[in-house]
Amino acid sequence: MGSTVVIRIAEIGLFLGIFLHIIQGLMLEFQNRSKRKKGYAVPMGNKGSKWYSRSMGLLGTILLLFFILHWWHFWVPARFIGHPELTELEINGVHMHNMYNLMQYTFQELWVVIAYVVACISLCWHLIHGFQSAFRTVGVSNAKYNSLIQNVGIGYSIIISLAFAMMPVSMYLGWV
Amino acid sequence: MEHYMMNLTLKVWRQKNTSDSGRFETYPVKNISSEMSFLEMIDVLNEELISEGKDPIAFDHDCREGICGACSMYINGRPHGPWHANTTCQLHMRAYKDGDTVVIEPWRANSFPVIKDLVVDRSAFDRIIQAGGYISVNTGNAVDANAIAINKDNADAAFAAAACIGCGACVAACKNSSALLFVSAKVSHLALLPQGNPERKTRAMNMVAQMDKEGFGACTNTGACEAVCPKEISIENIARLNREYMMAGAASDK
Repeated sequence: MGSTVVIRIAEIGLFLGIFLHIIQGLMLEFQNRSKRKKGYAVPMGNKGSKWYSRSMGLLGTILLLFFILHWWHFWVPARFIGHPELTELEINGVHMHNMYNLMQYTFQELWVVIAYVVACISLCWHLIHGFQSAFRTVGVSNAKYNSLIQNVGIGYSIIISLAFAMMPVSMYLGWV
Repeated sequence: MEHYMMNLTLKVWRQKNTSDSGRFETYPVKNISSEMSFLEMIDVLNEELISEGKDPIAFDHDCREGICGACSMYINGRPHGPWHANTTCQLHMRAYKDGDTVVIEPWRANSFPVIKDLVVDRSAFDRIIQAGGYISVNTGNAVDANAIAINKDNADAAFAAAACIGCGACVAACKNSSALLFVSAKVSHLALLPQGNPERKTRAMNMVAQMDKEGFGACTNTGACEAVCPKEISIENIARLNREYMMAGAASDK
């Protein structure tokens, strides 16, 4: 798939998007934190809001650390420096990297699998709040659509995170 | 409800003035009736402090009926205390039992500087209202109240938004010290009615600009504001303000 031009263009878009999101997210987090220089002795905690909705900065930072690890495991070897386990294949006359082999190799380490699963759990909570919050931010919120947006968001977050987590887990446990 | 007496320990934030660094003081209060209001309990303590020649605790209050928005205490980690849809003045001592410790702090936000003890300066809200929370009306004789037809749903939603008393609990509860629930209630109240139409675009733009200038944070939709609002202002208003703001920005004349 990586041998087609569409993926290479999408890759640029994806990188621009993720870096914009990281920069804007961190700026927002630090700006918002600076608005209350003297905090409360008794924090409000979960009285009124969900912990994950208040922890987008923390969850996002875990995801950023994961991305660095993930790029180092796969993107950097595939695009730049190569890897002994990154063998090459030829399918229907098209020459390509054997990423599957590199994945099988990488996900034999338990700490790597745990790090990926922690990242997927963070992603799930990040998306559960982020999905419905994004709709509110652009003004899409009313009694008719709110439960739909909420439930689709929760379903999407769980399915996406679970599917991502299954890759390292299933390879570590030898399911594939 | 059964009447009972209680002894409490209060930990109250004391701060001489805006530049003072402030600290907590602990006060034992005895023989408090469960039928007293929370502010009456503070009144009892203040009487004692005055009789001992000490400085009484400064706190904001006016109507003591839950409608003026003057009272503003952050009690045991929640603005206006533990009860839902309630102001501090309407909190009653039956919410507590003998031996409880109650921690009382002022609203905390850079935009609400402490004036003294539990009194904070909320004039930032007044300046936001001045920036756009008004409508144009013709002078002369008062027109008939029903001269303009208004859709009942819109009238109800506008009325619900207009219930905002501007107490600032939304800012106190928000982890970002955002004033968006307040601003959105004031914008919604007028944007939903035909009388609000002439200033519709400038209102959303100017009130948000003033809000930013006052140093309030940005909304991240956690919903803490809605949970503590004594008038149950809905965060649907925030989404409406976001809509109003985007439309006004896209169709801006200047």
